[in-house]
Amino acid sequence: MIHSLVQQNALVRKTGVFCCLHWWAGLFESLRLGLSVRALGGVLIVGVWVLAGCSPLERADLVLHNGPEPETIDPQILTGQADGRIASALFEGLTRFNPTNGTAMPGLASHWEISSDGLTYLFFLRPEARWSTGEPIEANEVVWSWRRAVTPATAADYASQFFCIRKGRAIVNGELRDASQLGAEALDAHTVRVHLENPTPYFLELMASRVFFPVPQRAVERWGDHWIRAEPLPCSGPYQLLSWRVNDRFRLRRNPQYWDAAQVTAERIDILSGDNPSTALNLFLNGEVDLISDRKIIPGELGPELAARPDFHRFDYLGQDFIRFNTTRKPFQDARVRRAVAMALDRSRITAHITRMGERPSAAVTPAGTGGYQPPAGLSYDPATARRLLAEAGYPEGRGFPAIEYTFNVGSRIYEQTGVEIQSMLREHLGIRVELRPLEWKTYLTEMSALNYDFIRGSWVGDYDDPMTFLDCFLSDSGNNRTGWKDIRYDRLLQAAAAEADPQRRLGILREAETLLVVEAVPVTGLYSHVGLYAADPRKVGGIWPNRMDEHPFFSMRRIRP
Amino acid sequence: MRPWMARLALIPVLLWMVATLSFFLLRAVPGGPFDRERAPASREAEAALKARYHWDEPLWRQYERYLGNVIRGDLGPSLKYRDHSVNDLLGQTVPVSLSLGAMAFGVAIGLGIPLGALGALKRGGWADHAAAGLTLVGVCVPVFVLGPLLVLVFGLWLGWFPVALWGPWQNAVLPTLTLGLYFAARVARWMREGMLEVLRSPHVQTARAKGLSETAVILRHVVPVALVPVISYTGPMLADLLTGSFVVENVFQIPGTGAFFINSFFSRDYTMMMGMVLFYSVLLQVLNLMSDLLLRWVDPRIRS
Amino acid sequence: MNTDPSSPGRLALRRFLRNPMAVSGVVFLLLIAAVSVLGPGVLATDPNQGSDSPFVPPGVSHWMGTDIHGRDLFSRVLVGTRISLLVGAVGAGVSLLIGVTWGLVSGWRGGRTDAWMMRFVDVLYALPTVVWVMLTLTIFETRCVGWLSERWPASIPAFRLAAMMVSLGSVSWLTMARIVRAQVLSLRERPFILAAQSIGVSPVRLMLWHLLPNLAGVVIVYLTLTVPAVVLYESFLSFLGLGVRPPQASLGTLIADGASQLNPVRVRWWLLVFPAGLMALLLAALNGVGEGLRSAFEPREGNGDQN
Repeated sequence: MIHSLVQQNALVRKTGVFCCLHWWAGLFESLRLGLSVRALGGVLIVGVWVLAGCSPLERADLVLHNGPEPETIDPQILTGQADGRIASALFEGLTRFNPTNGTAMPGLASHWEISSDGLTYLFFLRPEARWSTGEPIEANEVVWSWRRAVTPATAADYASQFFCIRKGRAIVNGELRDASQLGAEALDAHTVRVHLENPTPYFLELMASRVFFPVPQRAVERWGDHWIRAEPLPCSGPYQLLSWRVNDRFRLRRNPQYWDAAQVTAERIDILSGDNPSTALNLFLNGEVDLISDRKIIPGELGPELAARPDFHRFDYLGQDFIRFNTTRKPFQDARVRRAVAMALDRSRITAHITRMGERPSAAVTPAGTGGYQPPAGLSYDPATARRLLAEAGYPEGRGFPAIEYTFNVGSRIYEQTGVEIQSMLREHLGIRVELRPLEWKTYLTEMSALNYDFIRGSWVGDYDDPMTFLDCFLSDSGNNRTGWKDIRYDRLLQAAAAEADPQRRLGILREAETLLVVEAVPVTGLYSHVGLYAADPRKVGGIWPNRMDEHPFFSMRRIRP
Repeated sequence: MRPWMARLALIPVLLWMVATLSFFLLRAVPGGPFDRERAPASREAEAALKARYHWDEPLWRQYERYLGNVIRGDLGPSLKYRDHSVNDLLGQTVPVSLSLGAMAFGVAIGLGIPLGALGALKRGGWADHAAAGLTLVGVCVPVFVLGPLLVLVFGLWLGWFPVALWGPWQNAVLPTLTLGLYFAARVARWMREGMLEVLRSPHVQTARAKGLSETAVILRHVVPVALVPVISYTGPMLADLLTGSFVVENVFQIPGTGAFFINSFFSRDYTMMMGMVLFYSVLLQVLNLMSDLLLRWVDPRIRS
Repeated sequence: MNTDPSSPGRLALRRFLRNPMAVSGVVFLLLIAAVSVLGPGVLATDPNQGSDSPFVPPGVSHWMGTDIHGRDLFSRVLVGTRISLLVGAVGAGVSLLIGVTWGLVSGWRGGRTDAWMMRFVDVLYALPTVVWVMLTLTIFETRCVGWLSERWPASIPAFRLAAMMVSLGSVSWLTMARIVRAQVLSLRERPFILAAQSIGVSPVRLMLWHLLPNLAGVVIVYLTLTVPAVVLYESFLSFLGLGVRPPQASLGTLIADGASQLNPVRVRWWLLVFPAGLMALLLAALNGVGEGLRSAFEPREGNGDQN
């Protein structure tokens, strides 16, 4: 049954079913020998022989370890970082990320014009831009793709990034049924005009993110939801898909139709999927992997030792760990209690003893330097004031304080270890008893959304280099708020910032909002900002640089031949 | 009708019971496949996603739909890996786990049976102690320690075998050993037990009295009966082996089915989880049936 | 109860005491149990107290070194052993009780009863252990804990531990049932059973007095396999957020934590060697005791020793 269902995929056929059939043929053959012991020996030998017969894959020019198997590689639907990396090898947006610093540079669009009020963008597509199957990539297709992304039926989680485009929000929310009203139009075959709702300083970077990638209209119309499995898959990026084997690898081949194909020097690359950090490290140290591109699959345990090596590269990154307080129930209903807890946490101890990769302790929500912004310092470590606040709230020396739980998700030892530290800090400084409550991922999400917790670990990774991507999580009506905290002042400040055309004044308003968030009301308090990390031997892999977007585009990546 | 045919006929009924039980048990767990860290773009989009997977229908309706599809051989779309169907995922991963499992089975039996037999025959002697020591190590060193240890020694230090990934036969050596040794230790324990049990029974003494050579007595009269516990252990063991081991596949980054046992539960990929349960179930029923038939064959005293 | 010096119980005891491996095993197990129960009370170090000296290698102040929080590994191993011994014993006990009874009845009754009982086992088998345990514990956690915490808030950790042990025990009996059943099927046609049957011994008595002693061997083997399995499974549950709650330790979680030391970059060996070594010693002792019990109770079939 299973055999007939296997997708027509050369690699799978070769190493999978083929081997399997031989296997069973071998098994039955040896069973006929009769004697069970000898038969089993036979099975073993035949097995080894058959495996030997499966010709090994030739090593690709460049082998990357990409972390977990992508959930989907449809650029408009995907949300995971690992998923996004595959998509950006295969597809490209109107702009693409500059590998050295993560800013936007020309992609499928060779240049653009921005109106003086920052509300209208004209993108000029490259006439030579083509799908790997040969059809030209035209303005109509770009607009069609964006309409697909905002249509609620597509269920793109990142559709919210279209909110900055005129009518985008109304269409995504289902208030406007007609997706063609989206503020984007094709003026001719090679020109796209976009009308924005607000001046958006990071709009060009957004154009380089996956959800804005044009997708091949004909293939999507023909294959529907399964278009990504079409063979051949029309690709617009530096590589095209050769084979895809779940939990093993993607094998990609250079896309000769790519407009910038001259830059791409690796003929084949393998992108491995797997989620065991030790294994990834072993493969890297053994030279079977040239690049580990995901921080999560580099063993955190060994952070300091690895960070000291010349082939591990550390950089500031758009991610933040924080604690959410449940503001809807005792004792964290009281802002003084939240502030007291926030001030009793010695964050530098957590980064020095637990995370140990040079993370920056921070009591804010936005990592310092995001989009040129400096967040407020937040409530720093001050046990004396914390005790005073707790006493004011009616719990002198922690007396009468209810039993509370700190909830976190299992998955990384670091979360548990951070919990242990928080537990002992609060006991020591405030006399509060905290129970630790580890939850498996989906239960953790459910409990967090249902506000069924006292205080809980949280984290956020920015989608673009601007504080808004962190701060709009805590809007009253945001699905990502999950603290029960609603403040109209905060909502108004973010609205005002969105409407503000002057970049510096805009950042000032955002700073005011964040001060309200992490100093005054404190439904959330920061722990530390993440560091990014990738592993690559600079003598073997070139064209890759650390940048705070953690974007390492494939077009520039190359193998250095000795 | 022969009893084994009756059992064969019963398999679909048991499968249906397993499917029904798992279907509703899985739904009882908090969290769903579409809960994510990032809230959906809008309620509208969330509703559209649920509608696509018929999540908006009442549970019994979904159950009905699921059973109908399974009967037609369609295990449904994976709820996590949205570009794949469950059939597709199983089709890609099952052959790998089958191969690995069968080889590990060879190691388990090929090593476990002689080791256990030796221990029983030389009971109390140094051979017994050596065998006991080996099995002890196999029983108490967990796979998540044994695997990385083998990788460290034979992969990284000696450089004899690849440290991970699936490919030519060299890649299969360490995972096969890891998985095989774990089960070999258990097989050895059961074999030793079976041997001791048989060695003191009268029919062996009768055989000896008949003047048969010791080797003949052992091979013809002791070993087959001594296999009784091993064989009854083999059914479930082989099913476990052939459906893949989560830890081994994770440590060696092998694209088999084992990963899905844990991961599809974590991601509440109900359809994939059900697919795994059904796949395991079919294997188990068939293998248990075979092991029961084998039992009756080696020990004719067992009658139904 | 039985004062006859040549009674089977006395004989077995005497044989058991003559076995050096068995005696040393018992002594070791008792010692470990005593130390792990009493030790944490006697020792001044709190196993959950962090300090500013993480990853100190074993030495005079910390016999087994310290972990990432600067906690003393020795005291953690002690309390961890206590929890793991409990989990292992109860988990194995539960599965033993159900497994032996199920297998005995199924094998003895045979025929249709056997078929149904074994198919039931097959159905349970097919529900993967992981799912079952995660399911019961998650449901316990989300549905029962709230209710319990309104009534007996102080005993929640105990309830949680009990739920875990029952959940583990409730799925590890299946293999036992299969093996006992196969043994019984084979045993019940043996002459001594047939003889006992023909002189009208009641089935219950037959099972308890004639079949069960012959099953001692498999039962003991099963126990020596299941105790470590249950102990390690508990550590797997912690990985799912369902095992013992941090900052508590169990031997299993300590081993699982230590397993990350198996890397080519930097090895803090004490984090793995001590807990894993203790586990191996415990198991060796358990094996010695098992083997001693096995030969002590071994029915001397055909020698007139029994029957």
